Amino acid sequence: MTTEPHSDAPKRKVKNFALLSNRAGAAFLTPAGLLVSIFVIAPFFWVIFVSFTNRTLLGRTALNPEFVGLANYFALFDPANFFQRGQFGFSLILTTQFVLASALLGQALLGLLLAWLIQTVPPWIKRITETFVIAAWILPEVVIGFAWFAFLDRDQGTLNALLGAVGLPPGDFLLQQPFWVIVVFNTWRGAAFSMMLFSSAFSSIPPSYFQAADVAGASSWQKFKDIGLPLIRGHIVTDLILITMWTFNTFTPFLLTNGGPSYRTELVSIYNYRVAFNDFQFGKGAAVGVIMMLINLAFALVYLSIGRKKKR
Amino acid sequence: MASVEFRSVTKSFGSFNAVSDVSFSIGDGEFVCLLGPSGCGKTTSLRMIAGLETPTLGQVLIGGQDVTHYHPKDRQISMVFQDYALYPHMNLADNIAYPLKVRGKSVSERHGRAREVADVLKIGHLLDRLPSQISGGQQQRTSLARALVYPSQVYLFDEPLSNLDAKLRLEARGFLNHLQRDMGMTAVYVTHDQAEAMALATRIAVMDQGRIVQYASPIEIYRLPATTFVANFVGNPPMNLVEVEASHGNGSLQLRADGLSIAPLPMTDVIGKALATSSKLTLGVRPEHLHIAQGSAPNTITAALFANENMGPESLVTVDRADAGRVTARIFTDDHLQLGETVTLAFSPEHVHLFNSKGDRIPAAGE
Amino acid sequence: MKLTLSAFVGRIAFSALAALIGAAFALPLLWFLFAPFNARAELGLALPDPWTLSNFVTVFGNNFAVQALWNSLIQSVGGVILVGAAATLAAYALSRSSLPGKGAVTYILLLFSSVVSGSAAMVPIFLIVSAAGLIDTHLAVILTFAGGLLPTAMFILRDFIDSIPKSYEESAMVAGASPVQAFFDVALPVIRPGIVVVVVWSFVNIWGSFLIPFILLRSDDQMPASVAIYSFYSEAGTPIVTLLAAYSLIYSLPVIVLYLFVSWKFGFRFFGGIKA
Ligand SMILES: Nc1ncnc2c1ncn2[C@@H]1O[C@H](COP(=O)(O)OP(=O)(O)O)[C@@H](O)[C@H]1O
Ligand SMILES: [Mg+2]
Repeated sequence: MTTEPHSDAPKRKVKNFALLSNRAGAAFLTPAGLLVSIFVIAPFFWVIFVSFTNRTLLGRTALNPEFVGLANYFALFDPANFFQRGQFGFSLILTTQFVLASALLGQALLGLLLAWLIQTVPPWIKRITETFVIAAWILPEVVIGFAWFAFLDRDQGTLNALLGAVGLPPGDFLLQQPFWVIVVFNTWRGAAFSMMLFSSAFSSIPPSYFQAADVAGASSWQKFKDIGLPLIRGHIVTDLILITMWTFNTFTPFLLTNGGPSYRTELVSIYNYRVAFNDFQFGKGAAVGVIMMLINLAFALVYLSIGRKKKR
Repeated sequence: MASVEFRSVTKSFGSFNAVSDVSFSIGDGEFVCLLGPSGCGKTTSLRMIAGLETPTLGQVLIGGQDVTHYHPKDRQISMVFQDYALYPHMNLADNIAYPLKVRGKSVSERHGRAREVADVLKIGHLLDRLPSQISGGQQQRTSLARALVYPSQVYLFDEPLSNLDAKLRLEARGFLNHLQRDMGMTAVYVTHDQAEAMALATRIAVMDQGRIVQYASPIEIYRLPATTFVANFVGNPPMNLVEVEASHGNGSLQLRADGLSIAPLPMTDVIGKALATSSKLTLGVRPEHLHIAQGSAPNTITAALFANENMGPESLVTVDRADAGRVTARIFTDDHLQLGETVTLAFSPEHVHLFNSKGDRIPAAGE
Repeated sequence: MKLTLSAFVGRIAFSALAALIGAAFALPLLWFLFAPFNARAELGLALPDPWTLSNFVTVFGNNFAVQALWNSLIQSVGGVILVGAAATLAAYALSRSSLPGKGAVTYILLLFSSVVSGSAAMVPIFLIVSAAGLIDTHLAVILTFAGGLLPTAMFILRDFIDSIPKSYEESAMVAGASPVQAFFDVALPVIRPGIVVVVVWSFVNIWGSFLIPFILLRSDDQMPASVAIYSFYSEAGTPIVTLLAAYSLIYSLPVIVLYLFVSWKFGFRFFGGIKA
C-alpha cells in the first residue's frame, strides 16, 4: 500500500475538538432557540406585563392600554364575589375538585387497576381492552367531544338507551350533573397514559420477583401490595405530577359543555378563555394566565427536582 | 506510513488527568501496543493521535509534522473502533467504501477497491448484506476493511478484538499479526490483554494511571519489568511478588521472609542506594521459573498448598503464605498433592527480580 | 385442589373485570363505528341498513369540509417540518457539541415548556401573533405550535441521540469526512427513527389541536377540521349528524394510521407518552 504524499495545504486549526464545533452548535440551536423564545418564553413575561394593564381586544384600550397596577388581581380575588358562580374563585375551586376527582382518583387509580389487570388476563382480552383505552386517548379531542355529545344525548344517546334497557330512568346528564360528566369524561379520556406508564413500570420488574412470591403462596392482592406497588413508587409520583398538570391545564371539557350550564363546568382554562375572548378583557385574562403559570411552575419545579435526584 | 510522537502530552478532564505528561515516539513501520488496566488512559492517548481529543498540554506529531490541532479528517489515519461503528443503514460495500466516497472517488473505483479489500479479508461474498445481517467476527473484519481501504499514515486500533469470543479472537490476532508483518504498517493498538500485546507488538507501552511505566519490546517487558506494576500485569499468571526484609554485610545481601529461604546475593551499589531509603524490598519470581523441590533446600519458598489446577500440559500450583499472600507455580509434572500439604517451590537465583520499596526495578549486576 | 380452584375463579374475575372496563371505554366510541356508514344516522346507536358510503360522498362534496381538512394538513405539515428540522438540529447540538451552558439551557427549556401551556398563555400568544400581523393565517398556527412543541421534541431527540454511539461520526471523520458530511451521511440516517417518532408525535398534536387555531383563526377558509367539526355540532341548532359522523371518521383516520404505523414499526408502546 502506498502513502499519498502528505499535502502541505494549510489546514484549519481546531482549538478543542468536538463532534460539533461551538460555532456550528450555536448555529444549530438558533432556529429552535428563536421559535421557543418567541412562542414560549416571551409569552411568559408578556403575560405578566399585560396583567398589570387594562388592555382589551377592541376599543381605545386595545391600542393604548393603561397601567392599572394590581387592579386585575384585586378583581379576581374580590372577596365580595370570589366564590360566586362565574367568578375566579369558583372556577379555581371547581378546577381543584376536577383535578382531584378525575386525575388523581380517576385516571391514576383506573390506570393502575388496568395496568395490573392486563398483566394477568388472556392476551386477546388484553389487546381489546388496551385498544379502546388507548383510542380514547389518541383520537382528536373534537372527535371525542362530539362522540360524548352523541353518547349523552337525552333523547337518543347510547347511555340513556342502555339505562332504559336495564330499567333505569334516563337523564339529561349534561344539564343535571355537568361536573360529574366532565370528571368521568376526563377520566375516560386520560386513563390510557397512566395505564401505559404503570404497565411499562410493572413489566420492568424482573418476573422472578413475582415467581418467588408465587412459590411462597402469595395472593394476587399481596403481590400487588407488597411487590408491585413499592417497586413502582417512583413512577406513581411521576404519573401523579404529570396528569395533575395536564388536567389542570386541559381545555377539552369546553368541547362538551362550553363551560356551562351557568358556569358549572367552567374550569380555569375555560374561565381564562371567556374573560379574554368573550368579555375581551385581556388584562384580567392575563392575570388568570399568570396565576395558572405560577401553579404550573410549582408542579414543574417539584417534577424537575425529582427527576434530577433520580439522575444522581 | 509515518512515525508518531508524543511530546509531554497531558489530557485533563476537569481536574482529573487522564493522561499525564506522556512522551514517546513510534518509528515508521512499528506496531506499538498501549497496554494497561481499564481507565489508565489508553483510549484517550489513542484518540489524541486520531484528533478525537485535543491535548490539554503538549504536542502530537505524525510524520514529523505537528498535528496537535488538526481535524481528524486532515490526519490521513485509519482507526478501528471497539464497537466497530459500522453504519447500520449502509451495506458492507458502502461501509467499506465510505472513506473513498468522502475522498470523491468514482462509484466504480469505490466498489472495485472495496471488493479487493473484502476479498483479502474473506468477506467478499457478503458485500450486499447489512451489518446487522453478519456475525460478530465478520463485522470486525468489515471495520478492518474500512480502515485498510485507503492509504494511511498510521493505523489505530482500540481493543478491536475485545467483542469477539475466545476462539475468534485468537484467529483474528493471528491475521493481524500476519497483516502487519506483510504491510509493515505503522500501528498503535490499545488493549488490556497482555497476551494480545505480546503477540502483536514490536514494542509495548505499559500504562498506569495516565503515565507510561515502561516502553520496550515484548521480550524486554517480560524479562526486565521496570516496576512491580509491569511485573504484575504481564505474564499469565503474573509474576509472584514477595515482600522481603533486606540486610547486608560483607558484600552480600541477605533477604528474609516467612517461608523463604534464599542464599545471599551479591551486593551492588544500586542495591545499597535502594536500602538507604528502606530495608523493605520486593522479590519477584515468575511462576514458570518455580518448580517443586523436596526438603528445605536454599532458594525455595515453602508454604501450605492452596490449590492445584490442572490446565492440560501444565498445572498451576498455588501455595498460601497466609498474610503474606499467595505464590503460584507453573508445573509441568503432575504430582499428586494434598490440600494443606506443605509444598516447597524452588527457583534459581538468576530468575530473581528485585524491586525497591517504591516498586521500581533494581537492575541486577550486568543488566 | 382448593387453591387451584380459587386461582381459576380469580382469573375469570380478572378477565371479566378487564373486559367490562374495556367495554365501558368502547361505549362512547361505538356510535362512530356505525353512524358514518348509515345514510340516516342520528345520535342514537343503530346498525346501518344498508351499509353505505354515501355520507363520505356528501363530505367530499362539501367545499367547507374539504377546505378545512386541507387547512389541517397545511398547518400540520408546516408545523411538523419546522419542528422536525429545528428539533433535529438543536438536539444534535445539545448532544454532540461542547457548548458551555448546555445543561442550563436544557433545564430552562424543560421548565418553560411545562409552565407555558396553551390554556395559560392564550392571551400573550394572541397578542404576540397579532403584533406580528399574523392573526388569521396558517403561519400563525404553524409557528405557535412549532414553538410550543419544540422543547419536548428536542428532549425526546436529544435522549435518542445521546444513546447513539459517538463512534459513528468519529469513524467517519477519521476516515476523512467533514463534520457536515458526517452529519448528513452517518448521523442523520442513524437518528432517523427518532425523527420519525418526533414528527409523528408533532403531527398528531397539531392535527388534533383545537384551542390554538380556535383563538388565532377567524375566517372559514383558514379553519382546520377540528374547529370546523366543533362549529358543526355546537352552533347549528341540530347538527347534520350524517355528515359529521363521516367527517369525524375521516379526520381521525390519519391519527389512527400513524398510531398503528408507529406501534408496528417501533413497537414503541409509549408513543406520545409526553403529550403537549
Ligand atoms: N470525556 C471524558 N470525560 C471525563 N472523563 C473521561 C473522559 N474520557 C475518559 N475519561 C476518564 O479518563 C480515564 C481514562 O479513560 P480511557 O482513556 O478511556 O481509559 P482506558 O481506555 O485505558 O480504559 C478514565 O478514568 C475515564 O473515566
Ligand atoms: Mg478504552
